[in-house]
Amino acid sequence: MDIPYTVEIRRDTGLTNGKIGIWLFLASEVMLFGALFASYILIRTGAPTWPRGDTILNVPLATFNTIVLITSSVTMVMAWASLARHRFGTFRLYMGATILLGGVFLVVKYFEYSHKFEMGLFPSTNNFLAIYFTLTGLHMLHVIGGMAVNAYFWGPGAKLWKTNPEWFTNRVEHSGLFWHFVDLVWIFLFPTLYLL
Amino acid sequence: MTGHDPAEIDRHVKVYITVFVALMALTIITVVISRFHLPVPIAVSIALLVATVKGSLVACYFMHLISEKKLIYAVLALTVAFFIALLFLPVLTVHDGFWIRG
Repeated sequence: MDIPYTVEIRRDTGLTNGKIGIWLFLASEVMLFGALFASYILIRTGAPTWPRGDTILNVPLATFNTIVLITSSVTMVMAWASLARHRFGTFRLYMGATILLGGVFLVVKYFEYSHKFEMGLFPSTNNFLAIYFTLTGLHMLHVIGGMAVNAYFWGPGAKLWKTNPEWFTNRVEHSGLFWHFVDLVWIFLFPTLYLL
Repeated sequence: MTGHDPAEIDRHVKVYITVFVALMALTIITVVISRFHLPVPIAVSIALLVATVKGSLVACYFMHLISEKKLIYAVLALTVAFFIALLFLPVLTVHDGFWIRG
């Protein structure tokens, strides 16, 4: 039995099921990160002193990572636009670039984390580092998850393009929505943790 | 976003490039402003304002929220309401939790 409303629009919602599904999932993600941001506000406002992020964290590396993630959002949306214009080869290039940029983000984060550990700075050291590692760690898991889905669509999942290109285009749009959300979260994490 | 008219997609691509340039410029602005070491309330307000503009650009154009269906707006309106409520929960703890002690 075929999965219903993957390509055709449901009359009652005006959307495909995949589109409404990914937005409901993103709504739950907003609440997940929202709870952690609320915890950050609570811990920070309750602390007698709070360090400026740039006295502990590496701002140039984080700025570089912000540029990397924003660029990956552009390549992601260009991957979808390529499919919408029926250019599969270009899609592969843009999607490959998106995955690669996600990898660059993780490598930079690895160096940031390992430098902190070498300096004896751990989540247990103080509240600032606890919330820093929790928020960036959870965000990193999302980057890894997004990369895995994108890699699937770049590789084995791309077979769907031959049999049902419109469904495949929709799937890439949905994985793109998740990837942009990951970028959006970082846009708020960067000033909150590193610059204030 | 639904419908994949090639001419429309071409127009979208131009918008994506413009948004990309704007996001890069705003990222640089965020970092430069942080170097002025402004008082915390002002620094927080400016940083969050710039981040909100950047986030809105990503949501509106990369996530196509500027031209979405009503149901998605309804879902997001509900989400935003609960998200704001969540962020204001710490306010209840001011004055040693006077507002929640009863």
